[in-house]
Amino acid sequence: MMLRYLLNKIALLIPTLVGITICAFAFVRLLPGDPILAMAGEHGVAPARYEELKQQFGYNLPIWEQYARYVGEVATGDFGVSISSKRPVLEEFKTLFPATLELSFFAMVFAMVIGIPAGIFAAVKRGSWFDQSLMGTALVGYSMPIFWWGLLLIIFFSGYLGWTPVSGRIGLQFFFKPITGFMTVDSLLYGKWDAFRSALSHLVLPAIVLGTIPLAVIARQTRSAMLEVLGEDYVRTARAKGLSAARVIGVHALRNALIPVVTTIGLQIGTLLAGAILTETIFAWPGIGKWMVDSIFKRDYVVVQSGLLLIALIVMAVNLIVDVLYAVINPRIRAA
Amino acid sequence: MKKTMTFAAALLAASVLSGMASAKTLVYCSEASPANFDPGTTTGGNDFDASSRTVYSRLVEFKHGGTEIEPGLADKWEISDDGLVYTFHLHPGVKFQTTDYFKPTRDLNADDVVFSFDRQFNKENPWNGDKYLPNLTWDYYTGMDMPKYVAKWEKVDDLTVKLTLTEPNAPMLANLGMDFASIVSKEYADQLQKDGKMADFSTKPVGTGPFQFVDYQLDSVIRYAANPDYFKGKEKIDDLVFAITPDATARIQKVLAGECDVAPYPNPADIATIKANKDVTLMDQAGLNIGYMSYNTTIPPLDKPEVRHALNQAIDREALIKSLFQDAGATPAENLIPPTMWSWDKDVKTDTYNPEAAKKVLADAGLKEIQLWAADRVRPYNPNFQRAAELIQADWAKVGVKANIVNYEWTKYREEGKKKDRPGAFQIGWTGDNGDPDNFFATLFACSAIGVSNYSSWCDKDFEDLIQKAKKTSDQAERTKLYEQAQVIFAKQAPAFLLAHSQVYAVVRNNVTGFKMDPLGIHRFDGVDKSE
Repeated sequence: MMLRYLLNKIALLIPTLVGITICAFAFVRLLPGDPILAMAGEHGVAPARYEELKQQFGYNLPIWEQYARYVGEVATGDFGVSISSKRPVLEEFKTLFPATLELSFFAMVFAMVIGIPAGIFAAVKRGSWFDQSLMGTALVGYSMPIFWWGLLLIIFFSGYLGWTPVSGRIGLQFFFKPITGFMTVDSLLYGKWDAFRSALSHLVLPAIVLGTIPLAVIARQTRSAMLEVLGEDYVRTARAKGLSAARVIGVHALRNALIPVVTTIGLQIGTLLAGAILTETIFAWPGIGKWMVDSIFKRDYVVVQSGLLLIALIVMAVNLIVDVLYAVINPRIRAA
Repeated sequence: MKKTMTFAAALLAASVLSGMASAKTLVYCSEASPANFDPGTTTGGNDFDASSRTVYSRLVEFKHGGTEIEPGLADKWEISDDGLVYTFHLHPGVKFQTTDYFKPTRDLNADDVVFSFDRQFNKENPWNGDKYLPNLTWDYYTGMDMPKYVAKWEKVDDLTVKLTLTEPNAPMLANLGMDFASIVSKEYADQLQKDGKMADFSTKPVGTGPFQFVDYQLDSVIRYAANPDYFKGKEKIDDLVFAITPDATARIQKVLAGECDVAPYPNPADIATIKANKDVTLMDQAGLNIGYMSYNTTIPPLDKPEVRHALNQAIDREALIKSLFQDAGATPAENLIPPTMWSWDKDVKTDTYNPEAAKKVLADAGLKEIQLWAADRVRPYNPNFQRAAELIQADWAKVGVKANIVNYEWTKYREEGKKKDRPGAFQIGWTGDNGDPDNFFATLFACSAIGVSNYSSWCDKDFEDLIQKAKKTSDQAERTKLYEQAQVIFAKQAPAFLLAHSQVYAVVRNNVTGFKMDPLGIHRFDGVDKSE
């Protein structure tokens, strides 16, 4: 049963995958202007040289042939070579992805640790001033422009109070070869406590900024899921049995309320990766978000195209995992 | 002799003192990650800051903070009377950097120089193509027309190199000071080729420059150490760190918080904050650029200089610059070349605002309508073409000329704009490459540049004679005179409306000494020091 469900889900991914390759491919071709002329800048490029470069980059082939070549390359794991750095795109992606993953992880921890309890509390004290102000704040958090929010925190906490470093991943005095690529883990593996502290302090502001939107969504989702569950018969039964309020809420209600929350959290991964583009740029965080922005400015079409595809693949993989998890915690889904 | 002894004693004292002090680290918050560390293959200013200006040296160098040429790896050079043969004499005993990944066994010699250029054009050279890196374009080598002018590079002996040109070209010397002309190690290249690790040449650089490469964490931090064998003497700074910080506001906050010592390109909005802070200094300079608007001088009535002057006079330039550049400011352009460039003539002035006079001339000429071109891009020399077009449109309306604004996407814009018969006034600009006046005058207004980058389709015989003569003359004093005369003709003929040279800024902490703004837009750390 479970296997069939899984195969079904994977089969559904195929059209999505094809759609994404077309989007990524078309994106670069649809941008106004000729990519070669755009790369040349004010200098321009001599006609003979132009033809030579066109051939070199394969832009002289018919569009369907270019697409076929591209899909063929991607299918064999060849994501191309960056126009500007001349390094394989996949290699750069692998180097930078741990930074994004680390930041996203801490952003998610921040969002969950605050969002879930706040949502529960708001549901239990429904209509109270806490509930009202929490929902109001969540709305503000959800609509906050990340760029503005990040700069505001930097100027206040780093500039004015001097509590946190402005940007970067770790203090410049710490310098070691990456093992896992996660600064917090690597610093501990090397046994450097002050480096670990430095890495954590660099994570605080970007994690808050990146976690703000998911926090708002999780808090609201937890609240509404809890409200629904708290009205159910089995909760009333549990209360009638004389169980403590904490036990009713923490065990009977929460476990069931968490099902939609888990889905929400999974779906927030896409939001996190989108938010990472802005957050990483502001905080000079060397992850894939900043990499994409840099590449757009450099008109490195190969990186933009393959980067989009790789990010889309990750979001798809995460969604698949969420679907599976959902089926695990809620067996009824599998039959449906 | 006495002088030498004093110098030796001073050097000894200095080295003892520096040995006693703790390691000095200078942190530069750079604006973007370098593409790679081989300056022959890259084009960005940030690429060059991280490679050619730190790790490498060239045969000749630009004077720190200027555009004049001074000796580099070549102590001296001779140019033959016909201007075709350049003979360079290399400084003896120059050592390539010793790093974890390369230990040089010999000093720099003529082979390195020949190899450094040969790899950029010779298709037979294994380092020219895909064996080294995929899709190499050698943009600057071709962009500066080197293939057209260079006949051959030859080794005469270990310390003498001969360059033969196809025709006289005085700016060649300035080209050799550019980043793409950095001298690389042939011994290192050979070693990597033998080991099958050619791509390392672009990620683990070895040069003869003031700093040597230590480590690069992708998109995050670049580390350098002072080159102990630097032929001009070891730098005062022990460690140089580039902290890559793309956001301009974050960069400035980092300098203010003391997390970095120097940062380039602040946001105009942050300039007031920077000026108010007493720990940092805001440095500025007119950039090596020009924003201008080309009139098509072949289509009546724009073929008459008095009509072009009148259109210039009708524009309130001061208000225009203020509105476009705001707090960042810009230097109003009096000449095509910026005041930081040699041969700039301080006595030449462009038209001043005089709508009354303009109105009469334009009415007499019967100019009622004109096309006014605007692109969709932000350029260093013009942050907003569209806004500029609207303001000029309003100014021209006041003198009875209706301007119709023409918009195109940037690439298409230039394609359409460079056409010989393009009508009207075309906004454009230029950022210089090598600090040579030829790079402005000939590139933008030579007769041969019509249809390429002479957007005015302007071919003036007197002007052309002067700039062609200056191109073939190697004596700088004489070239200066020729360019001064060319500037007088340019002002008289007014083939374009000259807007401004945009201002370039850097923020520097007050305990940093020796940092200079560079007219070429590069950031150099040789000669920079820092007190505690």
